Amino acid sequence: MEITVKLNGRSVSALIEPDLLLIDFLRAQGCLSVKRGCETANCGLCTVLMDDVPVLSCSVLAARAHGHSITTLEGLQTEAADFVGFIADQGAEQCGFCNPGFVMNTIALLRENPDPTDDEIRAYLAGNLCRCSGYEGQLRGIRNYLNSRKG
Amino acid sequence: MITIQNYVRAQSLQEAWELNQNKRSRIIGGMLWLKMGKTAVHTAIDLGDLGLNTIEETEEAFSIGCSVTLRQLELHEGLNTYFGGAIAAAVRDIVGVQFRNLATVGGSIFGRFGFSDVLTVFLAADSYVELYQGGIVALEEFVKMKKDRDVLVRVIVKKRGGRFAYHAMRNARTDFPVLTCAVGCVEGTYRAVIGARPARARVLYDEKNLLAGIITADSAAAFAEYVAKKMPTGSNHRGSAAYRTHLVRVLTERAVREMGGC
Ligand SMILES: Cc1cc2nc3c(=O)[nH]c(=O)nc-3n(C[C@H](O)[C@H](O)[C@H](O)COP(=O)(O)OP(=O)(O)OC[C@H]3O[C@@H](n4cnc5c(N)ncnc54)[C@H](O)[C@@H]3O)c2cc1C
Ligand code: FES
Ligand code: FES
Repeated sequence: MEITVKLNGRSVSALIEPDLLLIDFLRAQGCLSVKRGCETANCGLCTVLMDDVPVLSCSVLAARAHGHSITTLEGLQTEAADFVGFIADQGAEQCGFCNPGFVMNTIALLRENPDPTDDEIRAYLAGNLCRCSGYEGQLRGIRNYLNSRKG
Repeated sequence: MITIQNYVRAQSLQEAWELNQNKRSRIIGGMLWLKMGKTAVHTAIDLGDLGLNTIEETEEAFSIGCSVTLRQLELHEGLNTYFGGAIAAAVRDIVGVQFRNLATVGGSIFGRFGFSDVLTVFLAADSYVELYQGGIVALEEFVKMKKDRDVLVRVIVKKRGGRFAYHAMRNARTDFPVLTCAVGCVEGTYRAVIGARPARARVLYDEKNLLAGIITADSAAAFAEYVAKKMPTGSNHRGSAAYRTHLVRVLTERAVREMGGC
């Protein structure tokens, strides 16, 4: 079957199998920031925005993306650049594998709730697993970023 | 991983139902549970074009389309006002926001999962499912029914003066619950719902009127003791039956005290 998706602002058409998952479609389109970290819809590493809503691309059929807009980290470099430095400054990440999903979901959080409390940040990011850190560094990084915005 | 031969966006409930009569067809909700299996699906039926992704509120009831996501439930003001926040409390630790933006009410209720927070909380109210062939069935009955090939169209919650509270025990935030507990008081009738026993959620009414009159620390404790005695629990790798029964008592007591009388 043929699908047409607005991928990072650009219209993309492709012939796909009915059981192709969105994550594999996106990777085939060169969006290699989208990664698979689990087989159980638990890790959040595969997070993309579908019509601006964060979803797990490992669990969505590519067929269902037909006619919708999909944004990956490749399309959000400027928005991401704003705060990733603050997280890096905390030395929060070790291997960095969780980073793309974490950044995508932080962008979704801040668009939905521009001034979250620490508990709201924890709740929103609870579905992004990191095997190396204890999440505290990421939380401090986001907090510092928010404080810097308040000037 | 499941495999899928054909993908069809049903254009009517009749079409969805007919396609679903084939044993190898599957309606896909959020697909989160389905994806974990190894089924070779002949036809995947998508209900996405049927406009069932909204929550409608009238004076008498909430009508929740099967494609509504758990995140929509969590954020819906009217629903959470009626449930005193119990709906949001029930779903907010289910995996993560990105997961709850996909998981559907239809898949969650139709699946009748033992561990289900969603099933537990809806059983605390006067809730029904609307089945395409089976018509409107009380949720309490639906939980006991065997899975068939009908289509769950909506979940309906009748607004009858009620108060509710929800508590669950998890070994870690976002893990499956070890025990779920919802309490409800609908027009003066109290009930406790216990799920993840680990079997499917079950409702127990306050037949002894332990909560009649105003709720006190003593009456809450007495009702919790009664529920813990009556509610069957079992063991699995998340917890033993004895531990679960202990949790039934503690969570019921806390939930009743939080809910207060009605
Ligand atoms: C890793 C993981 C962790 C989870 N943790 C929790 C938890 O902590 N608490 C909790 O309550 N739940 C939990 N769940 C369950 C989850 O919340 C959903 O209930 C579950 O995924 C089913 O919803 P779905 O929309 O994904 O349905 P699907 O997986 O798409 O469908 C499930 C079943 O229902 C059928 N179906 C779907 N819609 C309909 C319909 N309208 N009519 C008839 N049949 C239909 C499908 O054919 C399938 O058989 C978890 C699930 C996973 C995968
Ligand atoms: S790959 Fe782990 S949630 Fe999608
Ligand atoms: S830094 Fe290694 S998984 Fe997060």
